[in-house]
Amino acid sequence: MTDVFHPTTEAEAADLIRTHAEAGRALALFGGNSRSGFGNAVRAEAGLSAAGLSGIVAYNPAEMVITARAGTPVAEIEAALAANGQMMSFEPMDHRPLMGTDGEPTIGGVFAANVSGPRRFVAGAARDSLLGVRFVNGRGEIVRNGGRVMKNVTGLDLVKLLAGSHGTLGFLTEVTFRVLPVPKATETIVVSGLNDAEAAHAMAAAMALSVEVSGAAHLPESVKGRFAGGALPDGEATVLRLEGLPSSVAVRAEKLGAAMAPFGAVGRLDMATSLSLWREIRDVLPYADGTKRPIWRVSVAPSAGHQLVAALRLEAGIDAFYDWQGGLVWMRMEADPEAALVRRYIKALGGGHATLMRASEKTRAATPAFEPQPAPVAVLSARVKEKFDPQAIFNPGKMG
Amino acid sequence: MTDFIRFLEPQPAILSRRDAIVADLVDLLPKDCLIHAPRELVPFETDAFVSYRRVPLAVALPRTTEEVAAVMRYCHKYGVPVVPRGAGTSLSGGAIPQEDAVVLGLSKMSRILDIDLANRTATVQAGVTNLNISEAVSPEGFFYAPDPSSQLACTIGGNIGMNSGGAHCLKYGVTTNNLLGVRMVLVDGTVIELGGKHLDAGGYDLLGLVCGHEGQLGIVTEATVRLIAKPEGARPVLFGFETSEEAGSCVADVIGSGIIPVAIEFMDKPAIEICEAFAKAGYPLDVGALLIVEVEGSEAEMDAMLADIVEIARRHGVKTVRECQSATEAALIWKGRKSAFGATGRISDYICMDGTVPLSQLSYVLKKTSEIIDRFGLRVANVFHAGDGNMHPLILFNANDPDDAARAEQAGNEILKLCVDAGGCLTGEHGVGIEKRDLMTHQYGKVDLDQQMAVRAAFDPGWLLNPSKVFPLEGRPAA
Repeated sequence: MTDVFHPTTEAEAADLIRTHAEAGRALALFGGNSRSGFGNAVRAEAGLSAAGLSGIVAYNPAEMVITARAGTPVAEIEAALAANGQMMSFEPMDHRPLMGTDGEPTIGGVFAANVSGPRRFVAGAARDSLLGVRFVNGRGEIVRNGGRVMKNVTGLDLVKLLAGSHGTLGFLTEVTFRVLPVPKATETIVVSGLNDAEAAHAMAAAMALSVEVSGAAHLPESVKGRFAGGALPDGEATVLRLEGLPSSVAVRAEKLGAAMAPFGAVGRLDMATSLSLWREIRDVLPYADGTKRPIWRVSVAPSAGHQLVAALRLEAGIDAFYDWQGGLVWMRMEADPEAALVRRYIKALGGGHATLMRASEKTRAATPAFEPQPAPVAVLSARVKEKFDPQAIFNPGKMG
Repeated sequence: MTDFIRFLEPQPAILSRRDAIVADLVDLLPKDCLIHAPRELVPFETDAFVSYRRVPLAVALPRTTEEVAAVMRYCHKYGVPVVPRGAGTSLSGGAIPQEDAVVLGLSKMSRILDIDLANRTATVQAGVTNLNISEAVSPEGFFYAPDPSSQLACTIGGNIGMNSGGAHCLKYGVTTNNLLGVRMVLVDGTVIELGGKHLDAGGYDLLGLVCGHEGQLGIVTEATVRLIAKPEGARPVLFGFETSEEAGSCVADVIGSGIIPVAIEFMDKPAIEICEAFAKAGYPLDVGALLIVEVEGSEAEMDAMLADIVEIARRHGVKTVRECQSATEAALIWKGRKSAFGATGRISDYICMDGTVPLSQLSYVLKKTSEIIDRFGLRVANVFHAGDGNMHPLILFNANDPDDAARAEQAGNEILKLCVDAGGCLTGEHGVGIEKRDLMTHQYGKVDLDQQMAVRAAFDPGWLLNPSKVFPLEGRPAA
């Protein structure tokens, strides 16, 4: 890339974009570039970074709402929230270890990629916490949508559309999102020795109890030793997280432990071990191996996750572990990404989507990173894109 | 009947072809699925925003997605506007038809298609009522979280249209946070599926866009929603305060303290009196404002949370604290709250506002609201979801007095502008509909609205779907 622009005001960004739109010159949009491996390769000669648009604009802890410029480092947001006992409930993953990238993750990047972690399946994704956005569209116009209140159905919800659009619809300049209090206590129940199918049943049973499980992951033998500094008990580990007031967590842990006993040996992890375990699950620690072996992130119905892996194992060399009650499958392929196979089985098992998160340059060039859409949805998505970015100058190629 | 809000002028070319259109639709649909006799069309002329009425050209009541698609294909081909309708409980006029439109009612599509407890999902047709979903899964210990007051009648299709909330969304979120997938018919009759039993979108989050679309982007015919395990217990507690301001600042402090109850509902004195007279819920009548705070969990957990909340309430001079002693009492407390609109309707005509404000502005907005109401010589009852700042002033007026009605509408508009100016929005859960359409320019600039309308046009370039709603009639792009 010859030029990289670092506008420091929204107006400056809008001018740059307008000039590029008029000239039909494509721009690669990014924040800290820590998630640059996300999606397909972008075809653009110039780059537009949000890193210069940085800083918390407004934060009133009593309202549990924060507004920040898109280029604000995630670390800065986390520090400000932590100082007030609050957090991002959607637990955004840090992609650097897995993808082998560096750079400073930005809050705009978190929302542009709709990045979430283990709590997503009960507390919602990044998009569910996002209340309002400001962005520059492909005509160089500054657009506002949503606001800073939790309930808002005024007009069309472009906020959701911008979340997860990977910089292909607009250049985010400011985000406003909901935050929550940090739970005072965290504990993890470990059920040991379950195979993938048994674990799926156990996790479904746990989610049917009124104990408010806020994390449900299954760590097969191949990955288990990498977690919690090797402190997990013998056998495969099915881990269930409880959070809240200390007295309440203790009571719920008793109840959950008793309900899980018929499934397998039950153990408990204390708060410190729990916190690091769930951070490692969030960041996909076992596959942060410094290689370019293909990594898939698959979202399917929770009961379909282990079936997908079982089916794939018969035809390909894969290793896998599960989050979100089994519905989020992280798969590391031995060599070939086997994209056609993966996508065929996902479809056969009721649908979902697979995103290629990591692979060699050569493989990435030959494999669409995102799940191909059915024809009528693809047509609709293309029409929506055209309404934001008529000259197609934003991140061309990134989403296919 | 008031008439300040304009509808699109009916197109003479369509009105003059009325009989032919009716005949064609009769052919397209099974017997008893098309209503066209003038007398039988009357029940469809309005919804819960009763100040405005328009008799539609016909009402189609298809039973399958394929029949919906057939009606859409026909209307698209001949340029006939279509107004979708669930149970017709919209408070913003979202389902009010227009003279040249076919109403597409989903009431015959009321089957629950699949309940999958292992994956905690229910897949239902769009005409299934909100409460039906929870009732269907209650024996197994699950529920569907969003609970609008009209949940007995309102449909999931309508909930998706308006992105409905309810009293308990403080903890569980609104419809968009609980919706996993839809089957939807586009304006040209194409059927698409978005989402499913899995989480998040593989491409653009069109599902997130469709939720809250107010019938502008297509016809949702089926939905897959998330189920949640019912809490071990739930306990509503009544907190009575001398003034609304005290109650308002107590709410902000509870939320600010890091405790998140499942619900915090607010009622001022007029609302307490109206609801108590109707539901005999045991509300204290000697207070100026009442909070219903509900906590969930085990007995020990609820005790701990309530102790903290009581402590905060005492700092705000709480006068009465009343814990209910039984499930029957708890149900009565909620019955009183959820019947607020109906109970108000028994004593007066009213319009219900729906602005949301930041919590720090609650007390200020309450005070300003009563000033506005006084200035217009009207009365107001405030009953709303305080935990998330979603206000519902009910402006009481006499619909038979055109002057009174005009003042009510003007006062309502001023209150909504007040909410926007305080950092909030026009509507938290009822939708823009026709009611707040012309106020959209107060919240959004031209570029903001143009972007929304452009996205709308990606779905419906000819503006056939619910065309009189949401976006001001002036400034629309040429079809």
